[in-house]
Order: sequence, then C-alpha cells, then structure tokens
Amino acid sequence: MINLFEVVETNEMITKENLDVRTITLGISLLDCIDSDLEKLNEKIYAKIYEYAKDLVRTGEEISREFGIPIVNKRISVTPIALVGGAACKTIEDFASIAKTLDRAAHQVGVNFIGGYSAMVSKGMTPADELLIRSIPLALSETERVCSSVNLGSTRTGINMDGVKLMGQIVKQTALYTKEQDSLGCAKLVVFCNAPDDNPFMAGAFHGVTEADKIINVGVSGPGVVKNALEKVRGENFEVLCETIKKTAFKVTRVGQLVAQEASRRLGVPFGIVDLSLAPTPAVGDSVADILCEIGLEYAGAPGTTAALALLNDQVKKGGVMASSYVGGLSGAFIPVSEDKGMIDAVAAGALTLEKLEAMTCVCSVGLDMIAVPGDTPDTTISGIIADEMAIGMVNQKTTAVRIIPVIGKGVGETVEFGGLLGYAPIMPVNQFACDRFVNRGGRIPAPIHSFKN
Amino acid sequence: MNKTIITVVGKDTVGIIARVCTYLAENKINILDISQTIVQGYFNMMMIVDTNGMEKHFGEMADELLKLGNEIGVDIKCQKEEIFDKMHRI
Repeated sequence: MINLFEVVETNEMITKENLDVRTITLGISLLDCIDSDLEKLNEKIYAKIYEYAKDLVRTGEEISREFGIPIVNKRISVTPIALVGGAACKTIEDFASIAKTLDRAAHQVGVNFIGGYSAMVSKGMTPADELLIRSIPLALSETERVCSSVNLGSTRTGINMDGVKLMGQIVKQTALYTKEQDSLGCAKLVVFCNAPDDNPFMAGAFHGVTEADKIINVGVSGPGVVKNALEKVRGENFEVLCETIKKTAFKVTRVGQLVAQEASRRLGVPFGIVDLSLAPTPAVGDSVADILCEIGLEYAGAPGTTAALALLNDQVKKGGVMASSYVGGLSGAFIPVSEDKGMIDAVAAGALTLEKLEAMTCVCSVGLDMIAVPGDTPDTTISGIIADEMAIGMVNQKTTAVRIIPVIGKGVGETVEFGGLLGYAPIMPVNQFACDRFVNRGGRIPAPIHSFKN
Repeated sequence: MNKTIITVVGKDTVGIIARVCTYLAENKINILDISQTIVQGYFNMMMIVDTNGMEKHFGEMADELLKLGNEIGVDIKCQKEEIFDKMHRI
C-alpha cells in the first residue's frame, strides 16, 4: 500500500517543484469537412470542432481536481488547413476566414490555443499550400488563439529552399502585421524539419493525415522536479547523475500517462501518445537551463552545455519510454529562450548566443525557439537561420524547428514582453554577414545519402 | 473499492483527527489506513479511505474538506489513489 513518504514526495513535486501536465491536446481530423463552398466549409469546421471538443476543458478540470495535479493547458490540433481549405480558398482572405472560424471555435470551447493553420511543403508547394503560407501574416494578426506551422524539409525529401525563402519573408511580414503587440504573431508561428504528426505542444501542433478521426495526446512537464532531484546528488559522478534523471523522468511521465488514459476514457477518444518533453515556463523553478546549471555549468551556454543537454535529453527519454505505452510528439528537452527564466538570465549575462543555441539544437528537441532578434534583420538572414536549422534536422534524422521573432522597432539590448507562458526575452544579436545569394538560388536541397534505406 | 488519499498538513492542534474523522463518518467514507507524524511541530497525516458509499461528488467532498481544513488551520487535500500508485509502483 502507498505510504506517507511516497504521498509527500508526489505532493512536494506538485506544490514546490511545479510538476504539472502541460497540455491535453485533442487532435481532430477536418478532412471530412472539405467542401468547395467556403461558407459551408467554415460551418462544418466550426460544428465538428465544437461537437468533439465541447467537454474537453471541463473533463481536464475534473481530472486535475481528482488527482490533485495541475493540467495547465487544454488545446486542439486540427488537420493542416492547406489540405482542408484547398478546394474552397481562392484568396488569402478566404484562408484567413478559416483561421477566424478556428479562433471562434477555440473561444467557444474554452481552449487557449488551436494549432493546425499549417502547410506540409517539405518537397514542394501546391497552389493551396502557397496561398495558405501567404495568408499567415493576415491570419495571425486577425486571430488570438490560432497557431501556425509549416514543414519545410525532412530527411526523406530534403529541404524545400523555395519554402525557406518564402518563410523568411512571411516571418518578417507577420512581425510587421503584429508590430503593435511587439510582433507577437511570430510567437505563434513555427517552421519545422521532420514535423511529427502527433505533437501536442504549441505552436507546432497539428493533426497529421496519418492520424485517426480524433485522438488525445498529452505533454508532460517537470524541469523543477528534475532540478530538485539533482540537487540531492551534487558532486556525484555521471552514472549517478544519469540514473537520477532517468528515475525522475519515469515518475513525471507516469503522471502524464495516467492523465492521458483518464482523458481518453472520459471523453471516449482514443489515446495517442505521451510527449516526454521537459517543457519550461518563465516561472522561477521551472527551468531547463537551471538543470544544466545544476549539472555543473555556471550558465546555460558555457562550454559543456551541449554535452550536458545531450545527456539530459537522452536520460529523459530512457526514463520516460518505460513509463508510457505510447511515446511520440517531440519528446525531449525544450530550450526556448523567452519561456525559460534560466535561459533569459544566460542571454542577459552574455553566456548564451544564437550560435550556441544552434549547437544545442543538434542534441535536443526542438530547435531555435522563442528567440527575439532585431526588427531590422533582413528576410534572407531569417531564411538563412531557418535553412541551417532545417539542415540539422534533415541530416540528424530528427525534428528541428525555428520560432524566431524579429521585434519591429526594437534592437539589441532591449527587452520584449510577450506575457503569460510566452514570457519575455532580451533581443539577441544576429550575425551581420549576408546570405542572400544563397537563399535566392531557388529550388530544393536534395535528400541526404542516408535517406536511401530501401 | 474507490480509494482516495487524504493528506492533512499544518500546525498541530487539538482535535484535527476527530474533526476530519467525524466528517468522513457523516459522509459514509470508510477509513482503511491512517499514518501520522509530527515533524517540528507540524502535523502530517495521510489517510487511505474508500469513497464507495459516499453519495456526494468527489469535487464536493474535496471542497468541503478544504473548508474544514481552513477552519482548523490545516491544509487538507484529496486525491485519487492512482496518481501515487502510478508514480511509485511499476
């Protein structure tokens, strides 16, 4: 039978170390809503989302209360809208009308984000894909809760450099369209290489075409729990360090598995995956960077950071895999800048640069995340940063992403405040040398040699 | 059986167990196990109870116990057993 010590340990994780379930994300397929009449399409989308998700928030709250574990976000992901809207949308305004429908449905059912305003263009773009991408700045400036993502490459297909070039412009344009809110639109826009179909985390969540009609995916969190466990093994060798992370990740993930199963049962929706990610928030004691410091670094970004992050990421997976029957999504440690107090401090101290962050993304999920850069950064430079990150994902057969915010009207040394879970960030300097001749070549980068496994 | 773990934490005073147990008895909640310690003047108790006979909703019980805790000056939490079981047992 459960003893007092175990109960106290679990409750201290929740009350003192910020253990929570970061999100229950309900994936909904909109493929059966497709219609060539835009008005009908919007009606069907709204009706389906409302019907499937109307009990999501209430159920999440009930589970949270009965088990005493906070479930921070309840969210929805839908089929990439480029596929759903292709037949009906002839202009960017047509596509943006779908974004507004998604936003309205999200408000109605009470979720704080809805993901899937997306296009999958890892090899090429259809006219609908391109139209959707061009509508992103408008869509994100006219909605509050819609998140957008674009998959620009994969290990199997290579990198769509036309898409990379276009996304450099779109990121910048989104920043301009939302400049009154410190370019907040870019915080809801992410580009991927090897995007997973079942990611529950925003801004990159979408409901892939490989998925069932509806599915529950859960993202756990718990950087504070790992940090606290590591405080007890200070000075011990790597074996002890790794074992401690593994055991802690197991416990954290079991909570996610329990919540996922309960949500699945109560909503009558099949359970998809648990995403084993260490997801930080700007709150004190909820930081991945603090774990790196506890492992032995003065600041995240100091020499040794990439190795420390690699072992952290690997041990989280090893501990988590056994704790859940299905693991998927991004699964790893997130290293967003604005959403992690320790990362913000590292940037402010001058310990962490964009280049070091890029190196760190080689060994963890997911990529350059929530990084604020000067608003006058050229489009082609943003495309160059995206291309680098896509190449890391393509060659290493892993998911990588870029969520970068060129803050219009601000420069290096200033700070931008996004609020809530999105946090705040010091504007980071960007390499000033040009890459426009590279970006403007056009076409695509072929798939790497190790993609030919057949 | 529908097992719930009730934890009571706070400054020690007379009658904490009596008040909590009275509430449980009134609501047909059966106590299966109690462990309790005092650490540095702080009262720390865990009860394993069976709520099968209870007529109220879980949330109602949790709210009422929280309110009772506030009256006594302790923090009372109710959680279904599975969260501890999942975390600490393979």
